[in-house]
Amino acid sequence: MGRSMNRVLTYLLTGCLALFVPQAAAAELTPPDTLVKDVTLEVLDIVSKDREIQAGNVQKVIGLVEEKVLPHFSFESMTALAMGVHWRQTSPAQKQRLTQEFKTLLVRTYASAITTYRDEKFEFLPLRAKPTDTDVTVNVRVVRSGRQAVDLDYDMEKTPRGWKCYNVYVGGVSLVLNYRTEFAAEVRKSGVDGLIGVLEKKNKQLAAGTT
Amino acid sequence: MRFLWSDVLRRCACLAAGLAFTLLAGCATVRNSDPRDPYEGFNRAMFAFNEGFDEAIGKPVATAYREVLPFQIRVRVRNFYANIQDLMIGVNNLLQGKPGAAWSDWTRFFINSSVGLLGLHDIASEAGLEKHNEDFGQTFAVWGMDEGPFFVWPFIGPNTLRDTFGFAADVAAAPLGWAIDDNATRYWMAGLYLVSERAELLDVTTTLDEAAIDKYLQRREAYYQRRRSLIYDGNPPRAPREPPPGREPRSDAAPQQAAPGAQQAGTSVPREPSNYGAVLAAPRGKL
Repeated sequence: MGRSMNRVLTYLLTGCLALFVPQAAAAELTPPDTLVKDVTLEVLDIVSKDREIQAGNVQKVIGLVEEKVLPHFSFESMTALAMGVHWRQTSPAQKQRLTQEFKTLLVRTYASAITTYRDEKFEFLPLRAKPTDTDVTVNVRVVRSGRQAVDLDYDMEKTPRGWKCYNVYVGGVSLVLNYRTEFAAEVRKSGVDGLIGVLEKKNKQLAAGTT
Repeated sequence: MRFLWSDVLRRCACLAAGLAFTLLAGCATVRNSDPRDPYEGFNRAMFAFNEGFDEAIGKPVATAYREVLPFQIRVRVRNFYANIQDLMIGVNNLLQGKPGAAWSDWTRFFINSSVGLLGLHDIASEAGLEKHNEDFGQTFAVWGMDEGPFFVWPFIGPNTLRDTFGFAADVAAAPLGWAIDDNATRYWMAGLYLVSERAELLDVTTTLDEAAIDKYLQRREAYYQRRRSLIYDGNPPRAPREPPPGREPRSDAAPQQAAPGAQQAGTSVPREPSNYGAVLAAPRGKL
């Protein structure tokens, strides 16, 4: 009697734990749609008030992006996505260097796009996902007069350190997947090290052009 | 910026020489073979020619346009053309079996043409009637036409064979074409439209150029992704998520659709289904 009672208690307890632990963990993470909205609005607010950024000071935007946006991106996942099948033949050391260079290039592109921001209106669409999902897409629309709205879609994955973005679509074009053919062409031509070299050179050129 | 005809002529001469050179150079080397792009050598040459034309004439004219005209005027110009386009966007929505969207497009046209003063003001958007993006290329895709090989046409740019037919139909059906009798007026209207469109894209192309490793491949992939998204009205079926880093990726994400004997491309960009009709007949969902 006592033993079976014990067993029931154990079941109940583990059941409760199983029920509550993930929810407790989830409660600490900012939901992905809230995260995207907060970060976007914060960055837009800073950009709309900063004369230097509006005048095209890319270095300043890069600083802003590194501080506010970078922590919410998973660049390793992005690089893996862009490499596709070639990620497998990449050594851990190469992966690290490749991720670093790709990150620099993406931040630069993102920053350059932000400087062209004018007074577009942003709409944050409700998240279409179940609370248990660990991989979701957050939809944002940029509305302009006389134009079809531009969709910004953020693919986000749940990690212990919060929701991280691993892919961005602008008007249906993935900025990450779009690199896959270019990356594959370089890898076929001169291997993964060749690709790293090309990215390094590109980043140096872009940095030199900024000043 | 001063405008000199001698300057234009000199640039045209440079272009002609450049075209001859790039054609020779381009046809000699075909680098990556993607089954969608069997004429890559020709296409790369045409792409280089278009880039040269854009560098010499397109970009300078568009930049001048943007510097001379204030933002508010440029928005009116853009709205004027966008309003006229709503007519054929509605026709295409109807041809794609979306009468509700077609009705919305035509309502937009009537509101903006009247209350919006000949389309100069996009009142309809403010009233909640969304602007759509449709053309004959998308309609042909919905009807199930195969996309065919990839081409870069001089002055026109990247198109699949299907979109080439679509583009021809768009031009033939353009309302301004049949509404205006006078040739000179028609050319000026078309010219202003092209300059306005190019000016809109100045920032985008600058950002893209900075981000490119191989401009040709970048623009080709972006073209395919963009068209696919438009065909599915912004909700294309997504390829399944790649495995996260660290885990073994699946052997190849690309469905093996190439004809027997065709070279397998090393790229694994998700290929479009060859028959949109069947795919779209299934759950179209969100409209």
